Amino acid sequence: MSTTNNIAQARKLVEQLRIEAGIERIKVSKAAADLMSYCEQHARADPLLVGVPTSDNPFKDKKPCIIL
Amino acid sequence: MAADKAEMDVLKKECDGLRTQIEAARKGVNDGNMSSAAGSATDVGRVQLKLRKSLKGHLAKIYSMHWASDSRSMVSASQDGKLLVWDTHTGNKLVAVPLKSAWVMSVAFAPSGNLVASGGLDNMCTVYNIKAASPKTLRELDAHTGYLSCCRFLSDTEIMTASGDTTCCLWDLETGKQKIIFTNHIGDCMSLALSPDENTFISGACDSLAKLWDLREGTCKQTFSGHTSDINAIQFFPNGNAFVTGSDDCSCKMYDLRSDQEVITYQDASLNAGVTSLTLSNSGRLIFAGYDDFNCHIWDSLKGEKVGVLSGHDNRVSCTGVPADGMGVCTGSWDSFLKLWN
Repeated sequence: MSTTNNIAQARKLVEQLRIEAGIERIKVSKAAADLMSYCEQHARADPLLVGVPTSDNPFKDKKPCIIL
Repeated sequence: MAADKAEMDVLKKECDGLRTQIEAARKGVNDGNMSSAAGSATDVGRVQLKLRKSLKGHLAKIYSMHWASDSRSMVSASQDGKLLVWDTHTGNKLVAVPLKSAWVMSVAFAPSGNLVASGGLDNMCTVYNIKAASPKTLRELDAHTGYLSCCRFLSDTEIMTASGDTTCCLWDLETGKQKIIFTNHIGDCMSLALSPDENTFISGACDSLAKLWDLREGTCKQTFSGHTSDINAIQFFPNGNAFVTGSDDCSCKMYDLRSDQEVITYQDASLNAGVTSLTLSNSGRLIFAGYDDFNCHIWDSLKGEKVGVLSGHDNRVSCTGVPADGMGVCTGSWDSFLKLWN
């Protein structure tokens, strides 16, 4: 019976929403501060931020030097 | 019948009440946003990465790529019906895996480097052993009733899949059977990402929602809304407390798990193309997002500003990835090329 299905679905939805409603939430300002702090702490170890020295660049094509 | 209708009305009222409660709770902690907080963060300036290699080999659109844990090998999938495993330092092809079905949509490398998996419109996830003398099919995971949009290995014995049938699934590779089916999305699941501690995962779907799941319990713990169209891409922020999504609504968003809401949107009036893929640099500061406009745009994740672009593809950028050592970014495109930048 489609009405029984609908009720079953609605009950499931209520159960799910109860789970989601029940969680603890922290302030966005704290969340943002923590994200910023993580980025700052790891910035120096982020090759795409600080750059990759040519000698250490694994993707750079190693071409021999040409003496003109 | 009347009793049924009465019960439906009660349930509907309870749903509405709970939704209002959730929104109120979110609003209650919404005391500021990411970009204003990021005012004090150091500027990243203009991020100008150079094209280091163009990997030629596929003969049709590339749909997916995934780095190996060694940050050197990488696997790509194309609708030319092949998976190619590349040595990105030399540009050489290491392994070619011919696919039974050319309509591949996703590929993944196992953390061990021994296995790769792929799937697509065949509704299956096929796992291959690439360390054998020639690539050997290990398992065909066949139970989804919709296309395979994404797959990710937990280990050589477990793999996660996301499907157009709206479910995600955890499989046991030793038995080839489903261990847990994650149901809650009401639209095709397009993408999934494992948390750094692998206790949870996030999924993005065509219902424009992102969901956080308990990997072992099988339950949906949180649902995040905000996008107005399909979410095509999803990745965790490196500390596991936040994640970034990319959508057909032309924007990317960062959501924080602990405050249970969106904290910043990455969008630009001049960008009118859907986001197909995204990846983050190791510190989480840079977001590389692939768009339908043939470019990969680079965003400052904290300040919400566009700080660079990777231009060079001649068609949609369909996939992006940063290896574990963070040394570069790979873009894959419908133009059949993969490009490496740093």
